[in-house]
Amino acid sequence: MKYIFDRLRWPDGLRRLWHRMGSPRWFYETTGPWVPWLAAAAALLIGVGTVWGLAYAPPDYLQGDSFRIIYIHVPAAYLAQAGYILMAICGVVLLVWRMKLADMVMATVAPIGAAFTFLALATGSIWGKPTWGTYWIWDARITSVLILLFLYLGIMGLRRAIERPEAAGRACAILAIVGVINIPIIKYSVDWWMTLHQPATFSVTSAPAMPPIMWLPLLLNVLGFNLLFAVSVIQGTRTEVLLRERRTRWVTDLCRQERA
Amino acid sequence: MTAPLASEPSLWVLFRGQLRRDLKLAFGQPSELANPLAFFVVVITLFPLGVSPEPGVLSGMAPGVLWIAALLATLLGLEALFRRDRDDGTLEQMVLRAQPLYLPVVARMLAHWMVTGLPLTLLAPLLGGMLNLAPEARLPLMLGLALGTPVLVLLGGVGAALTVGLRTGGVLLALLVLPLFVPVLILGVSAAELASSGLDPAGPLLWLAAGASFAITAVPFAIAAALRIGVETG
Repeated sequence: MKYIFDRLRWPDGLRRLWHRMGSPRWFYETTGPWVPWLAAAAALLIGVGTVWGLAYAPPDYLQGDSFRIIYIHVPAAYLAQAGYILMAICGVVLLVWRMKLADMVMATVAPIGAAFTFLALATGSIWGKPTWGTYWIWDARITSVLILLFLYLGIMGLRRAIERPEAAGRACAILAIVGVINIPIIKYSVDWWMTLHQPATFSVTSAPAMPPIMWLPLLLNVLGFNLLFAVSVIQGTRTEVLLRERRTRWVTDLCRQERA
Repeated sequence: MTAPLASEPSLWVLFRGQLRRDLKLAFGQPSELANPLAFFVVVITLFPLGVSPEPGVLSGMAPGVLWIAALLATLLGLEALFRRDRDDGTLEQMVLRAQPLYLPVVARMLAHWMVTGLPLTLLAPLLGGMLNLAPEARLPLMLGLALGTPVLVLLGGVGAALTVGLRTGGVLLALLVLPLFVPVLILGVSAAELASSGLDPAGPLLWLAAGASFAITAVPFAIAAALRIGVETG
């Protein structure tokens, strides 16, 4: 894989960026100014999307006002899965190129992804009460998201159990890759096992079934949650960079500047 | 990677030697061999006691109970999979050898399956009979276990290799591998259930066969990579 990758003709800028990403210091210094802007944009989008969705969007003809939890549930469920895939991609980058930054991102994504998975489960469960009449149903999608939460917890537990950070990172990378191959298999097997959940709300290929007044706030919230996820991962990785590089010169210099 | 030295054995000799060694070691300790099987039987005995001894109720849950017991029995055997080899330094020698780690890993897993998965498979129809499993479901149950237990052992092997250097491996190992076991459980149970309701169980069994082929081909690479890390973590 590395062989093929190294022989492709990448544009010079992209190649330089890739090499720079090998340096945690470069990441720390570059992303510093982004954080407040990303955080502000996330807050704005989520604020507008949520207020619009909760207060101004029309109620659903079938589910009434209870459908409004969709504005939190869908972005959380989508990021729960995207977070795991991001972790597996970082795992491949770590194992193939030994890029330290990938490990730091992976370590940060695990708890954040687990939090979004939990949020998706909790909102889904609350939504289930008025629509299905019960907080918990062993429905296919709920079950596979629950298993996704277990996969996240496993990775977090493994990282915590191994003392040396380099070994912990590579062990988690292997587990994340095995897990990500298993996710579609788990999903299809669970789907086959039982299906009760309504089909996906958003699809890239077809127009949404909801009127724009209902899906626009959802779109804003999906974008906002994406930015929230990004800013959490970036800020977490920055902390991780400082923690792991605390013995290097540039971090001690930075601390001295902060103190002065 | 350096080229193998002339004095080093060929891959086939390596594979055979590893398999023979592991089987010999396993049969050297009959009690360790029997423990997962005894566990399997005891867990299954608990279900009629805890849930209901009614034949109708039992036959309904028999496939699920047998599969879950097989899953837990497999899990029980996993912790010791690489532990002894690690403690006496054999694992380091395996990792340091110039030949690929893939084949010894396949041999190791095959030996482990022969002493855990295979006896479970052979024992299942008897216990199925005790749980009042429909007679026509016994063969699909056995076939399902024969195809599914290799996948369980291999996926479990990844977890065992990752946690081999850790003092508190046991519970963590269960958390790592049980979620990955879900598809095997679903397919195996549905094969037996389809057969007991008079339908054709070929679909899930073919899926299990596909899963087993894929796992046998691909998972030993992950185990080998995990062992290299596991050796370092200790």
